[in-house]
Amino acid sequence: MDKTFILEIVTPVKVVCKEEVLHVKAPGVGGYFGVLYNHAPFLTALRIGVIEAKTPTGMHYYATSGGFCEVMENTMKILVETAEPAVEIDIERAKQARDRALARLEKKSPDIDVPRAQGALARAINRLEVAEMR
Amino acid sequence: MATLRTIKRRIASVRSTQQITKAMKMVAAAKLRKAQNQLLSTRPYAHELEEVLGHIAGRMKRDQHPLLEARRIKRICYVVISADRGLCGSFNANISRRALQEVAANKELQPAVVTIGSKGYDYLRRRDVSILSNQVDVFNTLDFAQAQRIADQLAGWYTAKKFDQIMVIYNEFKNAVSQKIVVEQLLPIVPLMPEASKFPVGYIFEPNPERILQEICPLNLHVQLWRILLESSASEHGARMTAMGTASDNAADMIKELVLYYNKARQAAITKELTEIIGGAEALKG
Repeated sequence: MDKTFILEIVTPVKVVCKEEVLHVKAPGVGGYFGVLYNHAPFLTALRIGVIEAKTPTGMHYYATSGGFCEVMENTMKILVETAEPAVEIDIERAKQARDRALARLEKKSPDIDVPRAQGALARAINRLEVAEMR
Repeated sequence: MATLRTIKRRIASVRSTQQITKAMKMVAAAKLRKAQNQLLSTRPYAHELEEVLGHIAGRMKRDQHPLLEARRIKRICYVVISADRGLCGSFNANISRRALQEVAANKELQPAVVTIGSKGYDYLRRRDVSILSNQVDVFNTLDFAQAQRIADQLAGWYTAKKFDQIMVIYNEFKNAVSQKIVVEQLLPIVPLMPEASKFPVGYIFEPNPERILQEICPLNLHVQLWRILLESSASEHGARMTAMGTASDNAADMIKELVLYYNKARQAAITKELTEIIGGAEALKG
């Protein structure tokens, strides 16, 4: 149970984390799943949610907005558009984004992109939830 | 012999040119730093994404996704990435010349060219190359959305069978002073195959390989093109910085020479005046 494996979280902007972990919980398209040492080769798409990484020194939480995840040979690679550590989330900005998305959805004017606004709303709410976990 | 005044004017003119090249070098250095940071943070993501795509595509038939499907090549398209501005050494000339070579070597495939960057466009347009479209001003406002837009257009052409192969010619960033011209296949996507021994058995896909492939293929294309644009942009600033550095050095050498020349001329003039005065005094004595 105590064996560690490597977790890599990579976004187009930077390598967010590369460290030894004991357990990772991530938001797969089919629901949250957990990964432990010696997991079978596994590839899945991720959706908006939180990545929980248990390291020997404590828990880390990341808000993510979807991407892919591959587990192979005790390396878990998470390729996502965004991954923000809970402690770095700007709560004010997330709240603003949420309110903006809500306002846009309520107006129902024909020139707004509904799926896009819904996506923005989901991302903002997710970030606020993850920020609570810090 | 040039008069003192004309030499002085020359020095002033070279000096002001040097000031401009120095300033341009500083600007290029600042832009290079920005582009380089961006590039270095995108590279790992692009690489990992390619690897993941390789793992999944390696297990399936090539025709599972329209962007992976390799057809017999009847028509080929080149995407030539140059810069929008000059004064960056042989950067634009090299890439344009290479593109021209590629086009000439594949005449039977009716090569069409898409240029990104107006310098490449200007060069190829005058040389009887069929240019399909030209994207200007991409580098001024370089962002991921631009890469997405161009990639989607290319993917559209590919799936509509307008072209059977799309190649991209660009400068790969090595370091600030050197870049390497690369000709790379953009479409169909060539999956990075894992070595046979490392091929995982009992791979689990969720929800299923087809769905993942459907999402990962366009994403991969966007990210690769984005990386390529960043490579080119960083290379351009690097090339400009080097070129302007050399220009400043050359100007410094030239100023040194001219100053020496100026001093010599001044001394000669003084000597001449002195001999005239002495000569005149001698004549009065006699």
